[in-house]
Amino acid sequence: MTGVHRVVVTGLGAVSPLGHTVASYWDGLKRGNSGLGPITLTPANDELTQKVAAEVKDFEPLKYFAERQLSTLDRVSQFAVVAAREAVAQSGLSFDMALSVRTATIVGTGVGGQTTLDESFRRVYLEKRTRVFPLTIPKLMANAPASQVSMDCGLRGPAFGVVSACASATHAIGLAFHMVRGGMVDCAVTGGAEACITFGTLRGWEAMRVMSPDVCRPFSKGRMGLVLGEGAAMMVLEPLERARARAANILGEIVGFGMSADAADLTAPDLGGMVRAMQGALDDAKLNPADIQYINAHGTGTAANDETETRALHQTFGPHAQRLAISSTKSMVGHALGAAGGLELVATLLAVRDGIVPPTIGYLERDPACDLDYVPNEARAVAIDAAVSNSFAFGGLNAVLAVKKFS
Amino acid sequence: MSDVAGDVIAIIAKKKRVDKPTVELSDRLLDLGLESLDAVEMIFDLEEKFDIQIPYNANTNNPRTEFETVGDVVAAVEKLVAQKTS
Repeated sequence: MTGVHRVVVTGLGAVSPLGHTVASYWDGLKRGNSGLGPITLTPANDELTQKVAAEVKDFEPLKYFAERQLSTLDRVSQFAVVAAREAVAQSGLSFDMALSVRTATIVGTGVGGQTTLDESFRRVYLEKRTRVFPLTIPKLMANAPASQVSMDCGLRGPAFGVVSACASATHAIGLAFHMVRGGMVDCAVTGGAEACITFGTLRGWEAMRVMSPDVCRPFSKGRMGLVLGEGAAMMVLEPLERARARAANILGEIVGFGMSADAADLTAPDLGGMVRAMQGALDDAKLNPADIQYINAHGTGTAANDETETRALHQTFGPHAQRLAISSTKSMVGHALGAAGGLELVATLLAVRDGIVPPTIGYLERDPACDLDYVPNEARAVAIDAAVSNSFAFGGLNAVLAVKKFS
Repeated sequence: MSDVAGDVIAIIAKKKRVDKPTVELSDRLLDLGLESLDAVEMIFDLEEKFDIQIPYNANTNNPRTEFETVGDVVAAVEKLVAQKTS
């Protein structure tokens, strides 16, 4: 296929702090359930100042992988593969050789195999062992999730990892969307994965001094920062003609992708960068601000992000900003960094499909600097034609996707 | 000037972003042009230098305004150092 295609989503997969399937994730979001809890994944958690995270709970790798395959898979790749299998199964596609070579695998991650990295450092620096496990390097590389999904699902087209910290998954999905739209590939399996709850990484986050000690309250007065999460979200994208021809169940349509760089501060959010990314997504989608009903915000729960994102929404949407339903699902699943944009696009697609906006939980009271409608604490029925999902990363790298209800 | 004051001044002098040859106890932190990440790095350097814990969350604390002057930082560090040894 060549030319410009409409791009639809025909499969979704998610491993999240609310469960290991899209159904459990979406159900938890709609109920306003919190996936946050005490940190259990690090062996020395008593020493950590940070006590809470949104861990993927009760994840038993042997339920999904044979022991032999498991020795090649960091936790981040396990999440990516489990989510990809779910998405591919839902799509109903089988990748024969003709489709396999025309299918892209594009997977974002912030860092890659952080558990493998942490464990091997512990062995060599702390335990003074002279060797690490033989597959340490291919387990920890940042392209491992993409490679493992490609191998597990048998996808032989363009495949690589995308790295942009908290925007990785959104950049990955946006790129896959453009590749399918432009006819470079006939199908894409794309999303993001992160498994960052390790002792060394938590120490790094503590040192940034941006972590909330208990809960994540995006946009609320009294918010004290972010809470780390983990997981993966994957989706199957294909041209509308292909999906229609095989009578696939179409879950939604991706219509716009915008990107920008702040070229300013390493970590402080930038109003101009946010606005340019959102405007870019609207322009790419040929949508006007008034066409949007729902924003899945970046909404990390830090003082700086939430205030700046609110100002960026005012600037991009003008008076219509007051009418938007805006929520941060990070309040329920934490900040899964390179997976966050994927988990959030899944939530956005399902919000559009079902006409239900997931809430921002932990919301206490209005902050004068955050003066929009953040759908506090309870989900809300909203008829949605089009929605936007924001990701704004450390390093000043911004990515925004726009989706539409499929009709 | 105490040893603590000399060390604190040396740490802040590395982080300042204004063209001023010396840092004095009476200097206001805001006038030294510290940015947000400079403040986080300053806190880290102080903790490492004096082996103390400074409670600080960038979402709710702003050392650039909570401590008006360099002298205020010195006093706070001296208090934490004294608590450690008492």
